[in-house]
Amino acid sequence: MNKEATSDVTSGLTSQRMSQSSRAIAGVSRATLAKDLRLEWRSKDAINSMLFFALLVVVVFSFSFDPNAEQSRQIAGGLVWVAFLFAAVVALNQTWARELRNQVLDAYRVSPAPANSLFLAKALGNFIFVAVLEMLMTPLFIMFYKLRPLGPAWQLVPIAALGTWAIVVNGTFFAAMSLRTRSREIMLPLLLFPVSIPALLAMVNATTVILTGELSAKFWIVLLSTYDVVFTIACLLLFGLVLHAE
Amino acid sequence: MKRAFPIFAVLTAVLLSYALYEALVAAPTEQTMGNVQRIFYYHVPSAWTAFLLFFINFVCSVQYLVCRDKVADTIATWVVVVLGIATCVAAFVIRPLPAGIEPSSVATTGLAIIGLYFLIKKYFSGGSTDALAVVTAEVGVVFCTVVLVTGPLWARPVWGIWWTWDVRLTSTLVLWLIYVSYLMLRRFSTSGQTPVLAAALAIFGALDVPLVYFSIWIFRTQHPQPVIGGGGSIDPRMLHVLLINWLAFLCFAVLICRSRYRLEILQREVEEVQALEALHEPRSTR
Repeated sequence: MNKEATSDVTSGLTSQRMSQSSRAIAGVSRATLAKDLRLEWRSKDAINSMLFFALLVVVVFSFSFDPNAEQSRQIAGGLVWVAFLFAAVVALNQTWARELRNQVLDAYRVSPAPANSLFLAKALGNFIFVAVLEMLMTPLFIMFYKLRPLGPAWQLVPIAALGTWAIVVNGTFFAAMSLRTRSREIMLPLLLFPVSIPALLAMVNATTVILTGELSAKFWIVLLSTYDVVFTIACLLLFGLVLHAE
Repeated sequence: MKRAFPIFAVLTAVLLSYALYEALVAAPTEQTMGNVQRIFYYHVPSAWTAFLLFFINFVCSVQYLVCRDKVADTIATWVVVVLGIATCVAAFVIRPLPAGIEPSSVATTGLAIIGLYFLIKKYFSGGSTDALAVVTAEVGVVFCTVVLVTGPLWARPVWGIWWTWDVRLTSTLVLWLIYVSYLMLRRFSTSGQTPVLAAALAIFGALDVPLVYFSIWIFRTQHPQPVIGGGGSIDPRMLHVLLINWLAFLCFAVLICRSRYRLEILQREVEEVQALEALHEPRSTR
């Protein structure tokens, strides 16, 4: 057999293996995501606690500041994202804790399923939970803070999506990391908040800029996208190590 | 070899006191700021030392993660070499560089990346890489705290405010926060694989700091331009005092790191022996 044929065969095999593994990632992700969503649909643990927590934050902030329309444009960006961040931590803490019961996580570890597929499923699940929370909370925010954006309001949608992913992707990773610590509920925000500072800065500034309609939010959206890309890659590369660290 | 440590300690003490004399007495008084400016001789050397230590921590973390995998190790080595050379080349090709950054300092950083990586790779491996990472993070946090305390002390009389959200201040603060959370993770972790988790966090921190820097860079910066390799000018006598102080601080940092490193290694040995003894010992409590 000549060399070319051999390389043809091997490349065919590799591409077959590649497509197999990508199919495996998609399959495991879909199964885990469906399982998480079904669990959440039946119990509504995460969404209820998040909703009530975010509601409390909104109410407390609202009567401790009691702003007029102009002031609330200036501060609402910060308040919205702080409320969502705190609420997201509530959901993120439950992500992996759920898998500790009945040693489900150990089963994941010994299974041949790629670690990344598990991570992607969990991150997507959290993204959906936090996105639902945001959709439910936004009308309340508009009501309490008398908000009327002066800039292009449609840009708030990509900002919300990118910002939520920024919180959720790192949050899922750090939640897995803090699983092996004492007082893990406290550990997650301690790890997550310092690393999230640039993302928070970008989300808050982008939102404020659109609400006040003074400047363009383009720079902040680019920064947020960069943050998302960089940390998604980092999470995918390092998650296997964290999952298998007993 | 056992003598080396006390001799080095005495030398460091002498150097530190000489640096103190130089900073407080011998250095000329600044024209506009007056004596307040002398805090600069502690602020800047501490900052450089802290950044250097955090950088060593990052290199150790990367090496700890890649040393278990042959392929990852090769990739990491190539990435480091390419990154270092690219930094050197970029320093002389990219025009214009951001204000306050000189090509020579960028090129030196590029060479330092390669040099440090291979030095650490040669002299440390596995558990001792991790011990070095712990030590540099701890000592780095101490020096960074010095920076964050002396900064506002100087800023209050000179700028009229304690704190401002400027590029260098904010990135230093975020760096400090990340490394405090790093130490917290190490303290609270119950896992036998704490080094892996900590190393992963260190990499996240290293990815974060450039993003913080660029996100705040967009705003006008208030911090004085760096005096070495920057646009600012400095009296040669002041520069001399500054460099002596840096040398003294660096020696001091090496000294603490050395003794803390020995402590860390001893602690690990004790833990190992205790674990072995617990395995061998017959159950005498019954």
